[in-house]
Amino acid sequence: MTDTPLSRIRNFSIIAHIDHGKSTLADRLIQVCGGLTAREMTSQVLDNMELEKERGITIKAQTVRLAYKAHDGLTYQLNLMDTPGHVDFAYEVSRSLAACEGSLLVVDASQGVEAQTLANVYQAMDANHEIVPVLNKIDLPAAEPDKVKQQIEDVIGLDASDAVMISAKTGINIEGVLEALVTRLPPPTGDANKPLTALLVDSWYDQYLGVVILVRVRDGRLKRGMKIRMMSNGAAHLVEQCGVFTPKMIPTDDLGPGEMGYITAAIKTVADCNVGDTITDDRNPAEVALPGFKPSIPVVWCGLFPVDADDFEKLRESLGKLRLNDASFHYEAETSAALGFGYRCGFLGLLHLEIIQERLSREFDLDLIATAPSVVYHIFKNDGSMEPLHNPADMPDPTYIDHMEEPWIKATIMVPDEYLGSVLTLCNERRGQQSDLTYVGNRAMAVYRLPLNEVVFDFYDRLKSISRGYASFDYAMEDYKESDLVRISILVNQDPVDALSFIAHRSAADSRGRAICAKLKELIPRQLFKIAIQAAIGGRVIARETIGAMSKDVTAKCYGGDISRKRKLLEKQKEGKKRMRQFGKVEIPQSAFLAALKMDA
Amino acid sequence: MTDPLALYIHWPFCLAKCPYCDFNSHVRDRIPQARFAAALRTELAWEAARLGRRPLGSIFFGGGTPSLMEPETAALLIADAQRLFDAAPGLEITLEANPTSVEAGRLAAFRDAGINRASLGVQSLEDESLRMLGRQHSAAQAVAGLELARRTFPRLSFDLIYARPHQSLTAWQAELHRALDLAADHLSLYQLTIEPGTAFEALHRRGELVLPGEDDAAALYEATAAAAQAHGLRQYEISNYAAPGAESRHNLAYWRYGDYVGIGPGAHGRVTLGHDLVATRRHRAPEPWADRVERDGHGSTAEEIVSQPDRAREMLLMGLRLHEGVDAARFARRTGMALLDALDPEVLAMAQDEGYVVHTPERLIATAEGRVRLDALLPALLR
Repeated sequence: MTDTPLSRIRNFSIIAHIDHGKSTLADRLIQVCGGLTAREMTSQVLDNMELEKERGITIKAQTVRLAYKAHDGLTYQLNLMDTPGHVDFAYEVSRSLAACEGSLLVVDASQGVEAQTLANVYQAMDANHEIVPVLNKIDLPAAEPDKVKQQIEDVIGLDASDAVMISAKTGINIEGVLEALVTRLPPPTGDANKPLTALLVDSWYDQYLGVVILVRVRDGRLKRGMKIRMMSNGAAHLVEQCGVFTPKMIPTDDLGPGEMGYITAAIKTVADCNVGDTITDDRNPAEVALPGFKPSIPVVWCGLFPVDADDFEKLRESLGKLRLNDASFHYEAETSAALGFGYRCGFLGLLHLEIIQERLSREFDLDLIATAPSVVYHIFKNDGSMEPLHNPADMPDPTYIDHMEEPWIKATIMVPDEYLGSVLTLCNERRGQQSDLTYVGNRAMAVYRLPLNEVVFDFYDRLKSISRGYASFDYAMEDYKESDLVRISILVNQDPVDALSFIAHRSAADSRGRAICAKLKELIPRQLFKIAIQAAIGGRVIARETIGAMSKDVTAKCYGGDISRKRKLLEKQKEGKKRMRQFGKVEIPQSAFLAALKMDA
Repeated sequence: MTDPLALYIHWPFCLAKCPYCDFNSHVRDRIPQARFAAALRTELAWEAARLGRRPLGSIFFGGGTPSLMEPETAALLIADAQRLFDAAPGLEITLEANPTSVEAGRLAAFRDAGINRASLGVQSLEDESLRMLGRQHSAAQAVAGLELARRTFPRLSFDLIYARPHQSLTAWQAELHRALDLAADHLSLYQLTIEPGTAFEALHRRGELVLPGEDDAAALYEATAAAAQAHGLRQYEISNYAAPGAESRHNLAYWRYGDYVGIGPGAHGRVTLGHDLVATRRHRAPEPWADRVERDGHGSTAEEIVSQPDRAREMLLMGLRLHEGVDAARFARRTGMALLDALDPEVLAMAQDEGYVVHTPERLIATAEGRVRLDALLPALLR
């Protein structure tokens, strides 16, 4: 297997919008090349995490080696790199793409190009990929292949005249895809005699094997029993196993130039295996690492607190287990007066945040309260020093602050013409600056610069609702810009509730303060005493709502036989109160917290 | 205790089970009159034996439908009680009755048996509502029954249920005025409550029975108190209204947390035995209760000594229902602890500020505003 000449290797990835058929096509390719028997094929073989299957997105990179006997009579080694499909994992995507020489661009012939497809296709172009357009679902009555081809040429600037027309679902023209890979993609380059350089594409924790590392060998040979070195930190490990996925794990003696595969080396945690790192031979190291290594930096933070304080220890353990498998996610202990002990957690983006939260509740059975997501602000103090801030509760007194900066993104939104007006209004409301607006047929593509903190605040949900789900959205981090930011505190009966405070631009502070007060008024049930809810910037109240006292709550009948029952009820009520979040004498039910923090203002 | 004893006697049988009722009531083809009369007398004698001679302030025949018992049974039990205890002057003897023709014919016989106060389960003066509530009588029968009862007994009370589905404020006010004109000296006016395990609960769960919301219920409650007050009936307890001096002495014993004895299936009691306050309970199912009485002389199930904190809780949850509130000296005597020690001082201060309670060295009183929110006030106020 390792003797395949470079000329008969093709490394490729598949770029597609969610639901455009990437996984189905991958399954077909595996099936046609005999990687799995029909009995072994479960639908969407590659998305092996439960959550990935459900959401139709890929979180971890995967790879499959296929053996394809082409029309020229030769057998080719085709390595499919299945990349994460979401902007949150942009860096991971770029490393996966860097491991390939070409991409299949799969577009749903009835839907056309979407924003997320664009970002990934541009990344593939940046990686100098040869890109083969593939139109999927051509058998659907709604398919408009000619229109979509035109769109690919207009929007992306790719020649789509030779696009491969397929239906992954019914198996139409899968061979056409395989032939295109062989004839149109360039083979990898590399030199088996040079010192080893291999790109670390991804890694994950396996209960039995320890950390499994996904690699693409550039030069040299990666062999079992070899001592390897991570070039970013110099750590050395002994390779215990190397091999390939077919997609079954098949051990091999070594991996040569141009090949993709896995190694295990008794590594305990993925935190030691940074995506983008270069692996070399410890005894004969390469002088220069492969380009493009970046440590992962979280851009969105939020607090996670157990609903039941007794679950804190379980949360700590669960976060530790997740971190074993996902080094891009960070956490540190946090204490909140309102929510008790928890963790401040950093994520690559909103989807990443949602995935971690969902895994915690699903795989670890934890009930959590998450505080509103916050971006990382740069605080420049009067003494000239700069501090990053990712928790509004930690914001220093404004008198110590010279100025603040917030992160901006470049957002690409594709939307049918009829919803464009609302989308532009939304972007403008969120302090967006338009940098481009173009039309393709009846679809508009708007490119905006937006502050990230406006996007983490329910932007995506609003976008979906004003466009009835038709808008697609993608973003890339840009830079930090100075901004007039304030912290808004929420007070319940004059007591600040730390977990509800947030940072916003001064121009949005009043409306956002009013919105959250109104929402809390809706969510907190009337109680024995009236409750004042205020939003304030420093000592200045910007919004106020009052929840009146309940009007009636009394048992109608109570005689001699009812005493024991009533007394037990009373004890239960008192017990129940202990589990509520108390603010002075106000009880805020857990559900109100959850809803307020999720609010769609 | 120097307070006179209150004696409750439970008759567990009804002609039909009402869909809102969660009391211990049972329907039988033929009521075993003689057997239950004998068992009640046996159990009364057993209680009297352990309690010793004490002053007796009231007897209350409740149910079920105690007017379905033979008047002779009532006569025997009253005579037994007067023999076993020291009847206080003005001993109040109440009988619950329904305004059906079956029972109307026997009221005079009950008066002759010693009953001096009748409490009629009228529930509504509208035929449609009576049908909805599963009652066995019509509005006309209710009015006739009340007139007969008023002629028969020196004291008369009756029950009405309000905040019924679809009941408007004006309709209830009109019905209530007709009721007040029927000249009873006491009224029990209950907000319809969905009790667990009743037919109404099932309907309510399916959304087929919709009760007024909190604010509407509050308006009905306030209008009820205002109308009764205008008619000279004072709201001396959350759901009970009386002309001055006509308060139910028996029920006051519950709310003031005095000693009361409960006999008959499912009856509860709180009795002082030595230095302890004992919570008593009888087996609920009628026939097994009677079996036990016949075998053991009583149908008592597990009895327990009420702890000091529980005494404090019980006394406050009952006492704050009363217009007069809780007497501090009586509280100390009954629970062995100071009233203030039972309360959360911070909540007490807030409740005073809010006008929910009035606190003096002598008493703690829930105001009208406090009483209407008592179920929320209590758990906060109690330490």
